[in-house]
Amino acid sequence: MSKPVIATASLAGCFGCHMSLLDIDERILGLIDLVEFNKSPIDDIKTFTKPVDVGLIEGGCCNSENVEVLRSFRKNCKVLVSVGECAIMGGLPAMRNGIPIRECLEEAYLNSPSVDPEDRTIPNDEDLPIILDKVYPCHEVVKIDHFLPGCPPSADLIWEAVTALVEGRPLQLTYDLIKFD
Amino acid sequence: MNDVRFMIDGKECLGKPGQTIVEAAKANGVYIPVLCHFEGLKPVGSCRICTVRVGGRFMAACTQPLIEGMAVENTAPDLEDMRKSLIEMLFVEGNHLCPSCEKSGNCELQALAYRYQVLAPRFPYLWPRRDIDASAPLLMLDGNRCIQCLRCVRACRAKDGRKVFAAVDRSRRVKIEVDKKLAAHLSEDQARRAMDICPVGAILRKETGFAVPIGRRKYDAVPIGSDVEKGTGR
Repeated sequence: MSKPVIATASLAGCFGCHMSLLDIDERILGLIDLVEFNKSPIDDIKTFTKPVDVGLIEGGCCNSENVEVLRSFRKNCKVLVSVGECAIMGGLPAMRNGIPIRECLEEAYLNSPSVDPEDRTIPNDEDLPIILDKVYPCHEVVKIDHFLPGCPPSADLIWEAVTALVEGRPLQLTYDLIKFD
Repeated sequence: MNDVRFMIDGKECLGKPGQTIVEAAKANGVYIPVLCHFEGLKPVGSCRICTVRVGGRFMAACTQPLIEGMAVENTAPDLEDMRKSLIEMLFVEGNHLCPSCEKSGNCELQALAYRYQVLAPRFPYLWPRRDIDASAPLLMLDGNRCIQCLRCVRACRAKDGRKVFAAVDRSRRVKIEVDKKLAAHLSEDQARRAMDICPVGAILRKETGFAVPIGRRKYDAVPIGSDVEKGTGR
């Protein structure tokens, strides 16, 4: 029987949650025996090549590309998991959410100190993803099946969740595993 | 006067006349979650986290005095889910960025979310625009985290009895402001008490943040209410 397939993505995140996934220490050898990775920055596979059992999403949605990636994960993954505070509530990037987008862009590109004060423009190339009015948690864009809080979620929490999901048993979320920081 | 006999979820309990349900429950080793209530302050029953059911009616356990023979429902699944939804509403109503908050690990709102396993709120985030006031020499006020429990308004007074904090405006526009003149002369003890009385990270003593490492903070290892359930609560 083929192994369960996992895919991961980092949207508007810092890759800290992926680091925490790697922080499972020697259990990583067990993970490789247990699952196969598909689209993920860990193996650098760029596109889905087969149906995925568990998709792990780090980061919220701050631009159109994030939304597109998240929707493709929803389409290709049987179970989709929000990993970390940014995926669950926007996290640090969401600190801009109370500020109008124009004000944000003007502060970042027009009004802040620059090495080249003469050349100030707000980037507007057609190849750039369009920035959203707010940073959205993943579950406000697509249906999310499980949530792993933490900044980052501890390696133990990620290990517990991933092994439980691929083995088809309920998640044992004990008190020490649920932390928002 | 005689003790008052009452029941919580079928458990026979004894309380003192005039005691509120929350106080009497605590004395009997039963935890009823509270947020706007703080021992020693006059209860106002504003947050409704302590909602219990007596005779089919919902009531705030922090304001309701005991009545002989009352049968209190505290852990019915629908009650617990209602409390959980209240916690979720408080999270989406403000801007609660736990990873960057100094109160994280010692925050009562966060601790309740841990206890009730709030993994993601069922309501959409509102992202209100709120102000930060760092003008007081010892204190910083962060409106993003304020849940309008009014604990600071009730507890913090200057030597002459004047209130240091006050609620300004009404309804969803309500915000807590500090009296700048009084705040300029707060003692170290008063500033510390103001920070400790705040259940969240809306009032912070400046220059002392992140003093306790992760793992040794108040709610890192045990859920809020464990002390009451073990009978070791204050």
